[in-house]
Amino acid sequence: MTQSFRLPEGGVIDRGRRLGFRFDGRDYMGCAGDTLASALLANGVHLTGRSFKYHRPRGILSAGAEEPNALIQLGEGARCEPNLRATQIELFDGLIARSQNRWPSLDFDIGALNNRMSRLLPSGFYYKTFMWPASFWMKYEFIIRHSAGLGQAPEGRDPDRYDKTFAHCDVLVVGAGPSGLAAALAAGRGGARVILAEQDALLGGSLWSGNGETIDGAPARDWIEAARRELEAMAEVTILTRTLAYGYFDHNFVALVERVTDHLGGVAGKQPRQRLWKLRAKQVVLATGAIERPLVFAGNDRPGIMLADACRTYVNRFAVQPGKRAVVFTNNESGHLAALDMAAAGIDVAAIADLREDPMGPASERTEAAGLRVIPGSAVVGTKGERRVKQVRIARLNPDGTQALAAGENLDCDVLAMSGGWNPSLHLFSQSRGKVRFDSGLGCFVPGASAQAERSAGSCNGVFGLNDCLAQGFNAGKQAAQDAGIKAGSKGGAAPQAGNGDFLPARWIWEVPSGKPAGRAGKAFVDFQNDVTANDLKLALREGYESIEHVKRYTTTGMGTDQGKTSNVNAIGIVAQTQGREIPDVGVTTFRPPYTPVTFGVFAGRDVDDLLDPVRKTPIHDWHERAGAAFEDVGQWKRPWYFPQAGETMHQAVNREVKAARESAGIMDATTLGKIDIQGRDSAEFLNRVYTNAWTKLAVGRCRYGLMLNEAGMVIDDGVTARLGEFHYLMTTTSGNAAPVLAHLEEYLQTEWPDLDVHLTSVTDQFATVTISGPKARALLADVAGDMDLGSQALPHMGVGDGRVAGIAARIARISFTGEMSYEINVPASCGLALWQALMTAGAKYAIVPYGTEAMHVLRAEKGFIIVGQETDGSVTPIDLGMDWIVSKKKTDFIGKRSLTRPDIIKPDRKQLVGLLTGDPKEVLPEGAHLVEGAVGQPPVPMLGHVTSSYESPNLGRSIALAMIKGGRDRMGQSLQAPLADGRTIACTVTGPVFLDPEGTRLND
Amino acid sequence: MLVIPCPHCGPRCEIEFSYGGQAHIARPQDPAAADDATWADYVFMRDNTKGVFLERWVHSHGCRQWFNVARHTVTYEILASYETGAAPPNLDLESQA
Amino acid sequence: MIEKYLRQSPLAHMGLGARSGDDTAKAEVRLAERPFFGFVNLRGPGADPAFLGAFKAASGYALPTEAGTSGGGGNTTALWLGPKEWAILDTRGDPDAGPRMADELRTALADFRVAVTDVSESRACIRISGPKARATLQKGCPLDLHPQAFRPGHCAHTRLAKATALIHLNGNDSAPEEAIFDVYTVRSFGEYVWLWLEDAGREYGVTARLS
Repeated sequence: MTQSFRLPEGGVIDRGRRLGFRFDGRDYMGCAGDTLASALLANGVHLTGRSFKYHRPRGILSAGAEEPNALIQLGEGARCEPNLRATQIELFDGLIARSQNRWPSLDFDIGALNNRMSRLLPSGFYYKTFMWPASFWMKYEFIIRHSAGLGQAPEGRDPDRYDKTFAHCDVLVVGAGPSGLAAALAAGRGGARVILAEQDALLGGSLWSGNGETIDGAPARDWIEAARRELEAMAEVTILTRTLAYGYFDHNFVALVERVTDHLGGVAGKQPRQRLWKLRAKQVVLATGAIERPLVFAGNDRPGIMLADACRTYVNRFAVQPGKRAVVFTNNESGHLAALDMAAAGIDVAAIADLREDPMGPASERTEAAGLRVIPGSAVVGTKGERRVKQVRIARLNPDGTQALAAGENLDCDVLAMSGGWNPSLHLFSQSRGKVRFDSGLGCFVPGASAQAERSAGSCNGVFGLNDCLAQGFNAGKQAAQDAGIKAGSKGGAAPQAGNGDFLPARWIWEVPSGKPAGRAGKAFVDFQNDVTANDLKLALREGYESIEHVKRYTTTGMGTDQGKTSNVNAIGIVAQTQGREIPDVGVTTFRPPYTPVTFGVFAGRDVDDLLDPVRKTPIHDWHERAGAAFEDVGQWKRPWYFPQAGETMHQAVNREVKAARESAGIMDATTLGKIDIQGRDSAEFLNRVYTNAWTKLAVGRCRYGLMLNEAGMVIDDGVTARLGEFHYLMTTTSGNAAPVLAHLEEYLQTEWPDLDVHLTSVTDQFATVTISGPKARALLADVAGDMDLGSQALPHMGVGDGRVAGIAARIARISFTGEMSYEINVPASCGLALWQALMTAGAKYAIVPYGTEAMHVLRAEKGFIIVGQETDGSVTPIDLGMDWIVSKKKTDFIGKRSLTRPDIIKPDRKQLVGLLTGDPKEVLPEGAHLVEGAVGQPPVPMLGHVTSSYESPNLGRSIALAMIKGGRDRMGQSLQAPLADGRTIACTVTGPVFLDPEGTRLND
Repeated sequence: MLVIPCPHCGPRCEIEFSYGGQAHIARPQDPAAADDATWADYVFMRDNTKGVFLERWVHSHGCRQWFNVARHTVTYEILASYETGAAPPNLDLESQA
Repeated sequence: MIEKYLRQSPLAHMGLGARSGDDTAKAEVRLAERPFFGFVNLRGPGADPAFLGAFKAASGYALPTEAGTSGGGGNTTALWLGPKEWAILDTRGDPDAGPRMADELRTALADFRVAVTDVSESRACIRISGPKARATLQKGCPLDLHPQAFRPGHCAHTRLAKATALIHLNGNDSAPEEAIFDVYTVRSFGEYVWLWLEDAGREYGVTARLS
């Protein structure tokens, strides 16, 4: 298809670079510099989608971010994105796009039946129709989602890369139209660090839509180019084009998305597709421009009915005729500018219907001089055309604009350009918590008082003349730089000068009368994307929804992907008109980020795959990997879970490891245990306060187990602390809890006990820690630590000492989490791998076996040792665990002590730690299984508790489990049932939690 | 995302900090002497202020120091920060509420 | 102590020598592990002139007391970490520098409420330099790293992506050559930070060197 609507000259397109693209399966050509919308229009394609509710044919309305209709699915397969605005998609060669919300095709859409049945689909339709029966909601939802879906999710994983960066600047300028460029120039000349963000690929904004404007005596395009070159030459100015400032948050934090390579069509190379800028600006200049408002009249939604300024943009920027024969419908001067530019581009302008009784203004004078037909005091009261407007009816209105007089006149056309005035883009201003106010002269909301360090300039501030925009932008940039603390330089220069055309005067008629009774005329749409008509709003009001926020939610006006950029003020105007109130009394709905939708990918950034979360490995990790270990995540750490040998199942491997640790020697990498170095004269006192037991009498060279509570009396951690010197201790914490425990201790030290002479330092990563456990552990250690006395006199159970192991300076603690004689050997982290290898070599003759966390869990469960986070869940006290023995009665205070006598804590039916033995010794209870009493009858069945740990114990030759059971210690010998998800019920008997060597004889000689 | 003025490091981004709840909640000197209601009030109950709130933060990724902040819970404006143990600054809290 | 060749630096397992990455001449980001160094954590009463004096007498230079600054003399450098906390560094590549420095400081400051802790083994150090070093770090670091805001000799404990990091800009203000940052993280975060920096710098070209 040829670009039959392309003008032979003009525009900012490169006719030499022709780009092929496909839309809904048909191939077209466009030019470099086109958007998808402009390229489609160049090929005469207006119909780009179906509406959300009625599936009415819809065309391109706008030329920018406000587009409600032309929502496009761009790309295919995994690299595709729904709901993109055709008006913002830069054309690239090979682009593939599809329209949305139609089935089976855009031209023939079954859903359009909804249009015929629209009387059955009033506002609040979903709420009214799908209320009952409740059990049907799932079916309704399926049908609604199927028929209403806006676009489709990508198939498969996103192949693109995204990036994020923090950024800082003195002055952020949002928008690079005339106001923003002037602001950036003024701030940049003052020496400020400036970021100029523009969502378009080009700097210049609205200047590209115009025709013939001059600035400082030169054509506007030359001024843009000069401004760009000057800004690029400034070292401290960063220009970000294709960058949307989508959200304005607290403390001048502004989020921007830069589309780095989208316009290249997936040829990203080393660059990311998009980049999120997390920007902190000392000062912000908002120069976000304004969006033209549609007029609300019967049949205002047909393809070919466009915003007047969009028509100018297509003609002047893209050298595209939006049609061959145009009618203009306006309430202000902007429509006349569009008429002039279209006429200049060879479009036959049939008439200008002007709501104003006596159109006056610089543009009106020019249309009159050009001999264009202007019909004052008139309105478009109806339209015809299925997939493209082909005729409009124009009628005179009565003097107060409430009624159409006579039948009017029918005019043929293929494009209708409408202008209902302008809305400043207040989105960012409002997000910054600035208060908006209604300006009745301008007929729009404008910024009121600022809440943050920002200022608005230009048309987003209700200033519409070009000269005024340049002056206000320049001044805003200069002031912002000064307020950011930049001393004004001498090179500031003066604000650029230009002419000062405006869109005023205007006549505000929020709903244009049709001349027919309500319901007989065509629908007058307020919100194109959500198919909300003026009558829908009035129905909502009649049904008692009075607040604008309720009207919005009930009718869905202003919702959807465009968030009502073209509809909100018209809706407010119609509500005000219907209620007989003033617009300021109706108020305005809340603006929320993002300004236009933002991809999930850019929020994920590079935090995917290996970088999703830090992976922490011990210095011995490589050995484990080579040995074929399966790994388990413990917090961010990778820990060996078990070490399967060839042909072994996990079960077999764990059993082998568990038996070795009891019968010969096992070796485990315990590096991940948290370690906190404690120094200071008050260290013992500090430990007394943070642990439940007493620490004052612990001798140097000895270790003690401690249980740590929070102030509510709940167990938060446990571990062994060694006294290394008079005022020096080393605390160990559970692997996943090292950072929280240190934070907990620091909090008390700094905020409650600043007088204590205690310093805490994390040394978790300073040491590699290897545990050897089993009857042969001491013999093995003796072989590699020859100069150390390992006798029970010198190094008894719970003793600690320094020495050399395999030539490496080491600290050896004789402590046990397995119930076997165990040594925990700490060496400098860099020597961890060497130590492990030396122990494996020396251990060969003792049949040493490396074991992982699973075997460790079995070994400790056999002994009834708890694991914090497994037996405990933040609601378990030491008494619940049966660990009263470690709770000091003598100490007057420690963290959590007082809570242990709270009424809820001393209740007899709290869950208590017990052991469980299944009737069938081969049956292993699932962890998390609930336990009940007696036969399982009809629900509800009272739950007694749950299984916290459960294993097959090879040393006991049967399964064992730990559980938290209500009043468990009084239930010894009682039989309980564990009903499982698969319908089976397992019978088990309550026992004590210690299954092996309750006297601890294996620990000692 | 807030900018929090650490009394030691100066203004830093919120992501360097952790929140510590209401400030100036004194741990009872003699917990054993506290009755159940008093103790429960200390452990569990905190104000939910609309207006200027005195709260604790810790510069967990920075200097690791705890300190206090006076923050308006509606506007998120931070009016002051001060070291742990110091008296709150003399703010006209009523007029800010 | 065991032979140095048996000791493993935090990133030794990554085979950095083989990760040459992009063409060295074109790469705008250069990464290297600094494998062995002394890093002692010092805690003490930063407002006590006697303590500061004792440090100066022992070390020959003043402990920095202004946030984000460093000081140095002889073979060591002191970085401000907090009002009562410093990192004392010896970056000459001696694997046993940490314990020695800790012993010396402990002796010199015995009269004060201090804690001297050798944490050399618990830190990884990645040096990042090149024209895009700042831009690469800035992707994950919330501080303002602009040359006017973060100057040679400055240091900061902050966040880098999902890790906590101590960032030190080498050099001094009188000789601000190309920015060379040393990034210290907890040892087991070293691999993550390296992979993150490599990925963040990819669009600028990254070259990896052993040291």
